[in-house]
Amino acid sequence: MIHWFRRFYFLLIGLFLSLPLIVVAGVSVNAKQTLAFPPQGFSLSWYGEIFANPEWRSALIASVLLATTSAALAVSIALPLSWFLWRRIAPWANIFQVLGIAPFTLPPVITALGLLIFWATTGFYGAPWTAVIGHAIFFVTLPLVTLSLGFSAIDRSFVEAAATMGASDRTIFRTVVLPLILPYLVSGYAFAFVLSLNEYIVAYMTVGFTLETLPIKIFNALRYGYTPTMASVTILFVVTAAVIFSLVAKFGDLPKLLGAMASDDK
Amino acid sequence: MKREPPQSIADYGPLFFPAGMLLVFFVVPFGTMIAVSFFQRQEGGFYTPAFVFSNYERFLSAFFGGVLGFSLMLAITVAVCCVVLGLPFTYLLSRLPRRLQVIWLVALLSVLSLSEVIIGFAWSTLLSRTAGLSNLLVAIGILGQPVALFPSFGAVLTGMVYQALPYTILVLYPAIVRLDPTLMEAARTLGSSPIRAFFNVLVPALRNTIMATLIMVFIFALGSYLLPQILGRPQHWTLSVLITDQAIYQSNMPFAAAMAVFLVLVTLGLVGLTLLIGRKGEKA
Repeated sequence: MIHWFRRFYFLLIGLFLSLPLIVVAGVSVNAKQTLAFPPQGFSLSWYGEIFANPEWRSALIASVLLATTSAALAVSIALPLSWFLWRRIAPWANIFQVLGIAPFTLPPVITALGLLIFWATTGFYGAPWTAVIGHAIFFVTLPLVTLSLGFSAIDRSFVEAAATMGASDRTIFRTVVLPLILPYLVSGYAFAFVLSLNEYIVAYMTVGFTLETLPIKIFNALRYGYTPTMASVTILFVVTAAVIFSLVAKFGDLPKLLGAMASDDK
Repeated sequence: MKREPPQSIADYGPLFFPAGMLLVFFVVPFGTMIAVSFFQRQEGGFYTPAFVFSNYERFLSAFFGGVLGFSLMLAITVAVCCVVLGLPFTYLLSRLPRRLQVIWLVALLSVLSLSEVIIGFAWSTLLSRTAGLSNLLVAIGILGQPVALFPSFGAVLTGMVYQALPYTILVLYPAIVRLDPTLMEAARTLGSSPIRAFFNVLVPALRNTIMATLIMVFIFALGSYLLPQILGRPQHWTLSVLITDQAIYQSNMPFAAAMAVFLVLVTLGLVGLTLLIGRKGEKA
């Protein structure tokens, strides 16, 4: 009985989560410019459109550039901070850990509005690099959480052994610490990358009128009616996220990473 | 290597960049926003430094009260739906073989990371007249002709539950995985049915987790911004939409800031409550 119920319940939730995506996938292969489901005819031209149409292509490039740089900046903020908290006894420095987690915990519109007012006051409103900083601050939580988990998993006796043999802090970091936390570093980067790719409101409120990222482009296009290109972009995003998270799962311990993330959120 | 307190300025070195970034680009903007919420608005989208409460006084209008009430009601409904759906699912998930668990987790993360724009677009397609569910209902003869199921409150709610359900499951997951499996086994051995064991053993054991999750999902849903716009009508707009509307289209930054400060206070109050529940849970 319980097995039957379990199957049924998994099927139900699975269907709920996948149904919109199945319909969108169907729409994305329509032969003509209609949003029909089941699709009329079969064509992959709407996937080509993302790269061929200059508007969609530049939005794609903007999004990928924003995600790669902001995730890198987020990691570069999180790495020294979590290393310091692991290496030193300085309880007051935990305030920065809290500051790193705060933007992600609060409703996103808060961070977005704060940054909008900040950039407008300082006169940089609209410059593309402001979005990089905005996303880095907004998503710094993710590498921060994976890295603090990574550091807490390091066996301190390795580090002690290296120190006893005369290695300096710098050498220890490069030869012992870095290799041990690399998987956590990479997964932190991956989480920040995927979420930045999909982020709308912070990007919209800081650079919405000068730079079109893909989510902004989709929303702007939605106002003027539907095209199957939106559907193909959606599927491209879902597949990208699924591939990246599968890689994280393959090379890291996903249940453990998630266990840590949720408990740090609280 | 022992952990030791920093001895010299150089030991603080690694902290400079992260602390500077967070202070300049989070604390300062946040402070500026609070300051602007007390500023005086000028015609034409400008504002001048002042210390007035008029932006906060506007909260007392019936319109604002309506939006606030609707936002809170919507977020509570989403949180309850998600926990009711997510709790049994997460429990069943935690009993699966590890390999299957990882596959589900990857799928959940992929849906969770989806942009609100994409979720809104996907559901509006699914609920549309041309490509949507209603065609299926026509095909099996329940409906006479296809209809559009959005914009409507149901569509907003469905979209937001879709957005928040993976989050709910991922928040519940660690607590349920750590739960002692012998609890349920004992209940089963003593002759209780799986459903009875679920409600009489699992749910009470997870009472604090469930409360904390409800609050976290509530905060998450409070942040939803695009779904009410894409899937709803203007009367379904939430506080997040109103803040952006005031800031960008009405150019009333002080009022937008005042609403944002208010939203922060509500959120912080709830986070405080979550921490309190968590502490009680540890003691118990």
